[in-house]
Amino acid sequence: MLPILATLLGNTLLYATPLIFAALGGVFSERSGVVNIGLEGMMTIGAFAAAVTALGTGNPWLGVVAGMLSGGLLALLHAVAAVTFRADQVVSGVAINFMANGFSMFMLYKLYGGGQTPHIATKLAKWAIPGLAKIPYLGDALFNNYPTVYLAFFTAFLTWVVLYKTTFGLRLRSVGEHPLAADTMGINVYFIRYTCVIISGCLAGIGGAAVSIGIIAEFTEVTIVGQGFIALAAMIFGKWTPWGALGACMFFGAANALDAIGQTIGLTKYANPAFFSMLPYLLTIVALAGFIGRANAPAADGKPYEKGR
Amino acid sequence: METVIEMRNISKIFPRVVANDKINLSVRQGEIHALLGENGAGKSTLMNILYGLYQPSAGEIYVKGQKVSITNPNVAIALGIGMVHQHFMLIPTLTVAENIVLGSEPRRYGFLDMRKAVAMVEEISQRYGLKVDPQAKVESISVGMQQRVEILKALYRGTEILILDEPTAVLTPQEILELFDIMHNLNTEGKSIIFITHKLKEIMAIADRITIIRRGKVIDTVTTASTSPRELAAKMVGREVSFKVNKQEYSPGETVLQLENVQALNSRKLPALKGISLEVRRGEILGIAGVDGNGQSELVDVVAGLRKATAGHIKLLRKDITNASPRKVIAASISHIPEDRHLRGLVLDFTIEENMVLETYYQAEFANGIILNNKQIQMHAKRLIQEFDVRPPDQKTLARSLSGGNQQKVIIAREVDRDPNLLIAAQPTRGLDVGAIEFVHRRLVEQRDKGKAVLLVSLDLDEIMDLSDRIAVIYEGNIVGIVAAEDADEAMLGFMMAGAAGN
Ligand SMILES: Nc1ncnc2c1ncn2[C@@H]1O[C@H](COP(=O)(O)OP(=O)(O)OP(=O)(O)O)[C@@H](O)[C@H]1O
Ligand SMILES: [Mg+2]
Repeated sequence: MLPILATLLGNTLLYATPLIFAALGGVFSERSGVVNIGLEGMMTIGAFAAAVTALGTGNPWLGVVAGMLSGGLLALLHAVAAVTFRADQVVSGVAINFMANGFSMFMLYKLYGGGQTPHIATKLAKWAIPGLAKIPYLGDALFNNYPTVYLAFFTAFLTWVVLYKTTFGLRLRSVGEHPLAADTMGINVYFIRYTCVIISGCLAGIGGAAVSIGIIAEFTEVTIVGQGFIALAAMIFGKWTPWGALGACMFFGAANALDAIGQTIGLTKYANPAFFSMLPYLLTIVALAGFIGRANAPAADGKPYEKGR
Repeated sequence: METVIEMRNISKIFPRVVANDKINLSVRQGEIHALLGENGAGKSTLMNILYGLYQPSAGEIYVKGQKVSITNPNVAIALGIGMVHQHFMLIPTLTVAENIVLGSEPRRYGFLDMRKAVAMVEEISQRYGLKVDPQAKVESISVGMQQRVEILKALYRGTEILILDEPTAVLTPQEILELFDIMHNLNTEGKSIIFITHKLKEIMAIADRITIIRRGKVIDTVTTASTSPRELAAKMVGREVSFKVNKQEYSPGETVLQLENVQALNSRKLPALKGISLEVRRGEILGIAGVDGNGQSELVDVVAGLRKATAGHIKLLRKDITNASPRKVIAASISHIPEDRHLRGLVLDFTIEENMVLETYYQAEFANGIILNNKQIQMHAKRLIQEFDVRPPDQKTLARSLSGGNQQKVIIAREVDRDPNLLIAAQPTRGLDVGAIEFVHRRLVEQRDKGKAVLLVSLDLDEIMDLSDRIAVIYEGNIVGIVAAEDADEAMLGFMMAGAAGN
């Protein structure tokens, strides 16, 4: 039993990681008052750019950086539309998703002549943390994992620090709650929102990279299928807080892990494995349809701000 | 005395209105300068220009003799100008200290230093006698404390010229006196104050000079010593204002509203109403007097169907309406002028005409099945705008861009026009100018004279005494006494409001 649980735990962390990055991105964006449905597209572009770069340079870390930058660039577009031109943020996000998908598919065919990249031989390698990795069972699951997994947890901590322990975080939260009040205190609402949306794109991009060169070793049409939306749901379940989002991502990661290894551990005797694959999407629909959590949303989330003149 | 602020020929043109028309205003060092003007006269606009939130369409601003261009609030703050806005600019989910330091926070090793922030807030709060709890969340503190937080925000930034835009509109009489003490303190420190209020009594009590604005133009600047409330009111409205309400003789009819031992919780789930019994009869105004936060809001909510009664009965014309839904309450012919016109009175991003049918849009008059009859809605709005003198007289204007007084007129028009059995008026004249107050008072008395029952809740004791036939005093969720208005005086009501039982 113990080895099974350990495997389950390791897999949970692995599958949760991309979600954690994207969900933290969502926290940044939405706490500053910009709804970011475009996380999905930002993950897609990040996963694609990371794969291409890792293949081209042979260095997975350059892939992660490429994923981050491409996600941030796409987010900039969202910021221009949503903040400067006060477009409907949901519509802009949906457009971002279509664009990212279309662009990466087009380039995929252009570069590799098909719907998938070759196998990425130089994907990220596992890091065993000396000493800790030797703990029976737990060590292998927790401390012999991909570096992106550690980075995800560290990013959650960093997000918490930024949000609650820095002046930028205080301003960010005030802008998401009551931008006019923040404006009267001399805070540049547009600057804060731009920064946060771009950060959210960078994080979602890293999340995408964590899939294409972290979990699997290729990029295909179905590498990013809904993870961005699941991350968004996790952020809502987590009440727009970094630790809450992380917790919700772990839950979704666990559902994913059960689905992946359900067969091996004999779970399929008790329940149809399709149930576990379905679970995250089901919960996502519930969350995104607005059945839960609205009370915790930042008060100005999704509302464009217009300065008086 | 030195002139600290000089605004010359300031004009501000909005798409639909000229809010400021070549305004000249000069404020001297260490004075309290009052701005007086009707709702929509352009006072807030002028002050938002001074604070850098709006840019003037024309005109110049001088601070201490230097020509300045105040392009955003940061510039104003750097020039020593601070502003407490008419509608509080506080972030409810943050703490008092966080709100105060926001934008110029103390840091330690690059991180936000909340401990220092709290200490600094405590220090200035003590220095100026502004009591606040730095660690409390703003959403959980009283309106009076929110006001003090707003003032502290300005003082924290080293304000020399403080703009107070209708600071007293939401305060209790006690809190107003405290505010005046604070203003005097600031004054003796050499700070200048621009003070906006509609209450002539307050102006006479505290201002040194007064500038009167009507429809965007300066009418006059006078010294307080050389003027009278009557003269001020006439200058501001452009006609004589009557301060006395004429009522027909008091002859109450059958009981319309009856409360029996009603109990309810407040939003923090603590008992707010602890067994209220009272009745309102046809042809009378029952005034509820009390210090803010003693259950008035909850009382109104419970009758209006917006809050659950945990015990007791509410009857309208002998029919039980306890915990009926708001739509049922409306259908039972109860009208409600809510105390917070932004939160409950209006949908700010709807037009005047849409706001005027918020409660009746589904009825045959305004809809054929599921299709709205826009023509009818428009005509309805046009008629009410005319009847209630809403300005600008354009039914397509968004409620958000109306002045406070005109927003209130829209609500009153909607509620009174339904010809209700019971009219609940909660703080109906909060933030209104003397002309508009006269108007609202006339409308309330008119309902009474027509044989309707009126339940009036107000923090303004003068208003309660002027309008009511009977006065019920509420204290900590109990009615401590009900007295006939002609037997009541301020001292006695004040005594009862502090919890002493009446006779
Ligand atoms: N942002 C805006 N856009 C368009 N019109 C506006 C805007 N702000 C104010 N107005 C209009 O300008 C006029 C002046 O408004 P302002 O708020 O300055 O009045 P006020 O004197 O402060 O009134 P009150 O006593 O009710 O607060 C009003 O007619 C108002 O409708
Ligand atoms: Mg105003």
